[in-house]
Amino acid sequence: MESCPLVKNILVLDSEGKRVAVKYYCHDWPSLSSKLAFEKSVFRKTRKTSARTEAEIVMFDSYIVVYKFIQDLRFFVTGGDDENELILASFLQGFSKAVDHLLRNKMHRRAALENLDLIFLCLDEVADGGIVLETDAKAILDKVSGDGLEGSGSLTEQKLSSALATAREHFARSIFN
Amino acid sequence: MPRSLAGDLTDPEMAQPYMKKDDDDEEVEYSPFFGIEKGAVLQEARAFHDPQLDARKCSQVITKLLYLLNQGETFTKVEATEVFFAVTKLFQSKDAGLRRLVYLMIKELSPSSDEVIIVTSSLMKDMNSKTDMYRANAIRVLCRIIDGTLLTQIERYLKQAIVDKNPVVASAALVSGIHLLQENPEIVKRWSNEVQEAVQSRAALVQFHGLALLHQIRQNDRLAVSKMVSGLTKGSVRSPLAQCLLIRYTSQVIRESSMNTQTGDRPFSDYLESCLRHKSEMVILEAARKIAEMDVTSRELAPAITVLQLFLSSSKPVLRFAAVRTLNKVAMTRPLAVTNCNVDLESLMSDQNRSIATLAITTLLKTGNESSVDRLMKQITNFMADIADEFKIVVVEAIRSLCLKFPLKYRSMLNFLGSGLREEGGFEYKKAIVDSIVTLIGEIPDAKEIGLLYLCEFIEDCEFTYLSSQILHLLGNEGPRTSHPSRYIRYIYNRVILENATVRASAVSTLAKFGALVDSLKPRIFVLLRRCLFDTDDEVRDRATLYLQTLDGEVAVGNSEKDVNEFLFGSFDVPLANLAATLKTYEPSEEPFDISLVSREVKTQPLQDKKAPGKKPSAGTPAAAPVPAVDAYQKMLSSIPEFSGFGKLFKSSEPVELTEAETEYAVNVVKHIYESHVVLQYNCTNTIPEQLLENVIVYVDATDAEEFSEVCSKPLRSLPYDSPGQIFVAFEKPEHAPATGKFSNVLKFIVKEVDTSTGEVDEDGVEDEYQIEDLEIVSADYMLRVAVSNFRNAWENMDPETERVDEYGLGVRESLAEAVSAVINILGMQPCEGTEVVPKNARSHSCLLSGVFIGDVKVLVRLSFGLSGPKEVAMKLAVRSDDPEVSDKIHEIVASG
Repeated sequence: MESCPLVKNILVLDSEGKRVAVKYYCHDWPSLSSKLAFEKSVFRKTRKTSARTEAEIVMFDSYIVVYKFIQDLRFFVTGGDDENELILASFLQGFSKAVDHLLRNKMHRRAALENLDLIFLCLDEVADGGIVLETDAKAILDKVSGDGLEGSGSLTEQKLSSALATAREHFARSIFN
Repeated sequence: MPRSLAGDLTDPEMAQPYMKKDDDDEEVEYSPFFGIEKGAVLQEARAFHDPQLDARKCSQVITKLLYLLNQGETFTKVEATEVFFAVTKLFQSKDAGLRRLVYLMIKELSPSSDEVIIVTSSLMKDMNSKTDMYRANAIRVLCRIIDGTLLTQIERYLKQAIVDKNPVVASAALVSGIHLLQENPEIVKRWSNEVQEAVQSRAALVQFHGLALLHQIRQNDRLAVSKMVSGLTKGSVRSPLAQCLLIRYTSQVIRESSMNTQTGDRPFSDYLESCLRHKSEMVILEAARKIAEMDVTSRELAPAITVLQLFLSSSKPVLRFAAVRTLNKVAMTRPLAVTNCNVDLESLMSDQNRSIATLAITTLLKTGNESSVDRLMKQITNFMADIADEFKIVVVEAIRSLCLKFPLKYRSMLNFLGSGLREEGGFEYKKAIVDSIVTLIGEIPDAKEIGLLYLCEFIEDCEFTYLSSQILHLLGNEGPRTSHPSRYIRYIYNRVILENATVRASAVSTLAKFGALVDSLKPRIFVLLRRCLFDTDDEVRDRATLYLQTLDGEVAVGNSEKDVNEFLFGSFDVPLANLAATLKTYEPSEEPFDISLVSREVKTQPLQDKKAPGKKPSAGTPAAAPVPAVDAYQKMLSSIPEFSGFGKLFKSSEPVELTEAETEYAVNVVKHIYESHVVLQYNCTNTIPEQLLENVIVYVDATDAEEFSEVCSKPLRSLPYDSPGQIFVAFEKPEHAPATGKFSNVLKFIVKEVDTSTGEVDEDGVEDEYQIEDLEIVSADYMLRVAVSNFRNAWENMDPETERVDEYGLGVRESLAEAVSAVINILGMQPCEGTEVVPKNARSHSCLLSGVFIGDVKVLVRLSFGLSGPKEVAMKLAVRSDDPEVSDKIHEIVASG
C-alpha cells in the first residue's frame, strides 16, 4: 500500500488538549499511553501557533502533522514523512469544515460532545483504514446525513436532517459570500 | 445550543446537578458524559434486547459506548461479546440513524469469526438494499470483519458494487478491495475487469480508489503497470488525487525502466512535466517532488525548481513548508540547482512557522558558497535566540556539514558553536554541539586547539555528567599531543575539586594519560594524583592508586612503558555489552575472570518476524523457536557429550529457513562453527495436529562439500505437534580453514496418526521422508562481525605489510547502495562508523568494515566504490589483517563471490 496516500490519525482536541474524538488508522501507537503521549506532544508543539486563517503544519518524529484551530476545537491530521502535505491539508480542510457545519459554528467542547455521534459518523466517512474516502465537506455532510435514504421518518432522522438542512444553508452561504 | 440526538444524552439523573451551574464559568465544565461509568453503560445496553426497541434510547447508549472506547476504555472479552450480541438485535429496528451507529459499533468491536456469522445475513441484506447509504456502509463493515471463506460467498455482490452507479457505493467496494487484497489476493485479483471499469468512472474519488486498487492488483507485474501508466497518462484522469497516484506510479515505472535500459531516454518525462502546469497544487507538488527525486539533467530539473520557488512565497504555510522541504532535499545532492531560490529562502528565515524557517536555513547552509558563509552565520546567530532546541539541533548539524565542506571557514563556525555552548540549552542541544566540535577536531587538524579550548571552557560550567566525562576522555586522547599540553591541566584538575564522583573519576584518568604521555608533566601530575588518594569516592581513589602504582613502575605490567600504556589506556577488543553480560554471570570463585571467554560477536537486531500473527494463538509453545544468544548456544552445545570436545564455539549463524512458510513441517538450521568442526542444528516443528513423528533424522548429503566429513548425528526420538525439537549433525573440517560447500537435506521419520479428540496415538507408524531445501556454508560463516571504535587508529596500528589491494568490476548493479550491501553480505563483516549507508544519488562511496576471521584473526577492510558508466560499479578493496594469508583469503572470497 506504500504508494497510496495514507492518513495515520485524525485528532479532535479541545483547547486544553483533551480528547474530544480521535481515530487512529495505523499501529505506530500500539497502546493507549503512546497515543496519549503523541496527542500531548502534538498539542504542546502547536500550542503557541495560530492556525486559524490557514492550516498550519509541523514535522516531528518523522511525522507530518497539519492542523487547524476553529474556535475552541483543534483538528490534527497526521501522515508519514514522505506524504504529500497538500493531500493531508485538503483532507483536514474537508473534515474540519464538515464538523464546523455539523456543529453550526459552535465549535467548543460541549457542542462537540453533544453531537459526538455525528462526529463519529463524520470520522467514519472521511477515511477507511487510513485511505482517503472523501475530501469535500459538502459530500461528507451528505454522507453523514444519509442523503438519499428512503425516509422512515423516525425522530432521529428528522433531527439529523434538520441539523443538516441548517448546515447546508450555512455552507451555501459561505460559498456565495 | 444545538439540538441533536446526543443532546438527549443529558439524562436527568446524570446531568441535573450540573445543569443549573451551566452558565457559571467558574464551575466544572459541563459535559453530557460527566460521571459516565462503564459498568452502568453496559447495564443500559440491555435495552437492546427489549422487544419494543426505543431507537432513540438505543442510539444514546451506543454513543456512550463509542465515547468510552474513544476515550481509551477497553472491554473484556466477555463484555465485548455481550455487547456484540446485544447490538446484533438492533438490526430489527428500521431507524436509519441507529443503523449507522450499529455499523460503527460492529467495526469497533471487531468480532471473532464465529461471532461474525451472526451478523453476516443482516449485513448482506443491507448490502443489497435499495438505499445507497446502507449498501456502502454494509460493504465496508462486512469486508472489515469477514474471512476468506465468507468472502467467496459475497464476491458476486462486491463485483457489482464496484461498478455501481452510486459513487459512494463503488468507492466503498474499491477501498474494501484494497484492504482485502492483503489477506485474500487471489480473490480480489479476479475483480480486475470491474476495477478497470471503475478507473474510467466520471466520479473523481471512484477513479482514485479504482486506480489505487488496480495498481495493487498488478504491482508485481511490471509490464502490466507500465501498460496501465502509459494508457492513463494520455489523459483520462480527472481527479487530483488520482493524478497524484498516477504520478507516483509513473515515477516508479521510470525508475525501474531506467534500470534496465542503458539509454538515457525516459519515456514519461513529458507527462511529469505537463503535471507541473496542472491547476491543482497537490498535483504540481507531487510532480515537482518526483522529478526532483529522479536522476535528471539540470535542464529537466529546472521547471520543477521554478514551480517550487513560486510556492515559497505562497500565503499558505503548508505550501511553503512543502516547497522548502523539497528544495532542502534537492540541496543535499545538487546544491547548485537551488541557488536561484536563495533570495526567497532568506526571506523565509523569519517565517512565523519555525519548521519552515529552520528548513530555509539548513537549505541555505547547503547552497551557500564559501564567501557567503560569514554573512549567513551572522544572520543565523540572531535567529537562534528565539527557536526551540529541536530546531537548533538541526541547524547545528547543518553547520557541521558546512564546516566539513569549507574547512577554511572553521574559525567562524567554531565561534558559532562555542557561543552556543555558553547559552542556555537542554542536553540534546549541548550534545549536538559537543559532537559537532568533536567531529571537526577529528577532521580539521587546525581546528583542534581552538575546539579543545571551547570544550574546556564548557566543562568549567557544565551540568551534564555525560558530556563532561566524554569531553574529559577526548582531552586525554588529544590534549597530550598538542603544542601546549600543560594549558589543559588546570581545567581537568578543577573537575577533581568541583564535580561529582563520576566526573572526578574521569578527570583522574585524563590526568593519568597526560602523565603517561608527556614526560615533562609527569612529576606534577603525580602530585595531583596523590591528592586524589584521599577522595571520598572508592572509584576515584582506586583509579588514582592504580595509575600512580603502574606509571611509577612500582607494579610491573609487561616489560616496557608501551605495555603499561597499552594496559591502562588500550581499548577493549570485546563489545562492552557482551563484557557486561558475561560479568553478570560470573560468580566469585578461585578462578579469575577470563576476558578471552567473552564473546566478540556484535549482536545484531534479530530480523523482525514479518509473518502475520498465528491463526491459533497460545496452542502450546510458539512455532518458531526464539533466537538464542551465542552464549546460550555455547552452553547448550557443550552440554551435549558428542560436541564437548570441539573446543570454543567461534560463531553461530542466524537461523536459515529450509522450508517455505506454512508447510507441513517447518525446519530451519543454525550453523555452529568451531575451529575444526561444524555443527548443524536443525530446528524442526511439526504443524500437523493429526501426526506424531518418531525417530526423526536429517539425512545430509555432503558430496558437494568435499572438505567436510560427517562425524556424528543426533536424531530426535519424537516430534509431537507444535512443540519444536532439534536434530544435530556434526562435521569435521580442516582446522582454521574456511571450507565451503553445499549440503542437501532430507528429513526422514516414522509417522504415527494421532486422534486429535482423544490424544491417542496409533501403534503402527509408516516410514516417510520429506525433502527440505539445500544449505550452504559460505566464507561469511567464518567471519565474526566485530566493531572497532576508531577505524582509522585500528587501521594504522595494523602492519602495512599485510595490506592487499585490488580492484574489481562489479558489473551493472541496481544502485550503488545495493552493490555496497551485497559486498558487505558476502564478507559478513561489521560496517563501521555508519559507512554502510550510501547517500542518495551518490556517484562514489567508501565503506569501512571490520571483523574477526576464524583462528581469531583481526581483519579490517576499506572499500571504495565508484560508478563508471550508467550503472556500472567498480570497487577497490584494501584489506589489512593480523595474518597476510587471511588478507589474501578475503580477496579470494570477493573474487569468487
